[in-house]
Amino acid sequence: MKARISDDAVALACGADAVAEAFERAGAVVERVSSWGMHWLEPLVDIGGVGYGPVTPDQVSSILDGSAKSIGPIVDHPFIAMQSRLTFARAGRTRALSLEDYAATGGWDGLTKARAIGADAIIDTVIASGLRGRGGAGFPAGIKWKTVADTPLSPTDQKYIVCNADEGDSATFADRMVMEGDPFMLIEGMAIAGLAVGADKGFIYIRSEYPHAIAKMQAAVKTSAPLIMPFVIEVRVGAGAYVCGEETSLLNSLEGKRGEVRAKPPLPALEGLFGKPTVVNNVLTLAAVPWILAHGGEAYAAYGMGRSKGTMPVQIAGNVKHGGLFEVAFGITLGELVNDIGGGTDSGRPVRCVQVGGPLGAYIPPDQFDLPFDYEAFAAADALIGHAGITVFDDTVDMAQMARFAMEFCAVESCGKCTPCRLGSTRGVEVFDQIIAGKDVDSNLTLIGDLCETMQFGSLCALGGFTPYPVMSAIRHFPEDFGQ
Amino acid sequence: VSTIADILAEHAGKAGALLPILHDVQKSLGYISEDAMRDIAQALNLTRAEVYGVVSFYHDFRKEAENRPIIKLCRAEACKARGVEALVPLIERHSRVKVEAVYCLGLCSVGPAAMVGDDVYARLDAERLTALMERA
Repeated sequence: MKARISDDAVALACGADAVAEAFERAGAVVERVSSWGMHWLEPLVDIGGVGYGPVTPDQVSSILDGSAKSIGPIVDHPFIAMQSRLTFARAGRTRALSLEDYAATGGWDGLTKARAIGADAIIDTVIASGLRGRGGAGFPAGIKWKTVADTPLSPTDQKYIVCNADEGDSATFADRMVMEGDPFMLIEGMAIAGLAVGADKGFIYIRSEYPHAIAKMQAAVKTSAPLIMPFVIEVRVGAGAYVCGEETSLLNSLEGKRGEVRAKPPLPALEGLFGKPTVVNNVLTLAAVPWILAHGGEAYAAYGMGRSKGTMPVQIAGNVKHGGLFEVAFGITLGELVNDIGGGTDSGRPVRCVQVGGPLGAYIPPDQFDLPFDYEAFAAADALIGHAGITVFDDTVDMAQMARFAMEFCAVESCGKCTPCRLGSTRGVEVFDQIIAGKDVDSNLTLIGDLCETMQFGSLCALGGFTPYPVMSAIRHFPEDFGQ
Repeated sequence: VSTIADILAEHAGKAGALLPILHDVQKSLGYISEDAMRDIAQALNLTRAEVYGVVSFYHDFRKEAENRPIIKLCRAEACKARGVEALVPLIERHSRVKVEAVYCLGLCSVGPAAMVGDDVYARLDAERLTALMERA
């Protein structure tokens, strides 16, 4: 009997190793695979396609003798059956570091196609797919690639592909799941990007808080090196600075400097890493590329709505009953994601709000849950999709504390280069302390409004520029928490 | 345990080598000493101020030794939504471990979460966190 158990960080944190050992001791063959993304069921054990979870070591014998209660066939579980998994097609199904599993499930098809059609046609395909940067900015990936491809270079000079794997936003883990579960897909996407723009060197910058992702990517880069030649990839590790998820700060960090933000222009596409033309893309952007090349740009663009094409791996997190990874075409509403798929709060209390897009994203109350997941619809509602993480809060949350935390986080993580972010965030914490203490609430809230305006329009990057989103949305939607 | 000289030799010629060097030094020595900063600056043809500036910028690098086990407890929004703040008073009672705040371990659906070395822990409650602090 074969038990398939994930070795992804969520599974490990929930005790998967002890469960795997118990199966081995009981004589079962254990295969460590990627995670299906149904995190409330981890450790999830897959026996011949039937799922059990969350499993503890003392349940192993009853699973093996057939007396344990299963969740039924995993692929038929509504959480899986309702998804459109393109990027996460292999999730739960393959061993992360098996080249054999990867090739048997369509791996390298995109790169083979890319080699056959050449740079111009690769870029045309990515433009036709409508793929937009999944890191948060939503800039069309094909246009960025074309800019780098069109930048002239002497034959001895260098262009770079940089993968931004500094996934620091709370409620996001899709990058981690790609790196820990399907690392060759990311490598394939980077190799295709290299062909498209004429770069033969790539860096993956992974945050240090992801040791399992770092280990898997390093191993995968090593074993796949001959398959992506002459393209070469190096894994670099961050050092605990949230701001390094900002692309210019990331480039400085890769160069061995303080992770301070650079003023733009020049765009990294023209003067990026070591001053050379550089594609900087998020993990999910590059990971979507092999599918797009293998199936065609139009097939990808058939998913989604408006100018938000394709699928988005949505991450459902926080106080939610059914948390995990839900890849779906753009256009699904927030309410469907939180209530129907997420099942409401884990505590069983009413949902008070969600924060979408990480620590720089707006708080959204349930009366706006008809909002469709679409870059433009979110922007029109003064919110952002960001990296598509959703944090669910129940009615015990104190929004004044959350608004204060947004400022505190910005103060801790500010790179210090620009004044609105560096000083504004610290002043913001001080003013919120007064508001929470009930001192001069009206005039202090006016001050927060002015401060947020200065930060939003005066900061160099999204850290200072977007901190006003959670702050002002909390005040706007939950005035009662601010003594109003 | 590698010496600073070994680490510098291993990264010789690497573009943008400072962060990889600092990671290796901290892994080997436990922290980045004044002496290490001086040697690194000399090897990379940087000023000591430049190296110090990088060491002090990043939360990961420590300039002094820490002999206690370190628990990184996530205090970001998703873990707050799952109740991590209620666990914080527990930490203050345990002096044999050093608990540091970390902003996100990517375990946001199964928090509160923590990391000790490279090992990750989820679904922490008072009992599990206490056990973790006692055996870390």
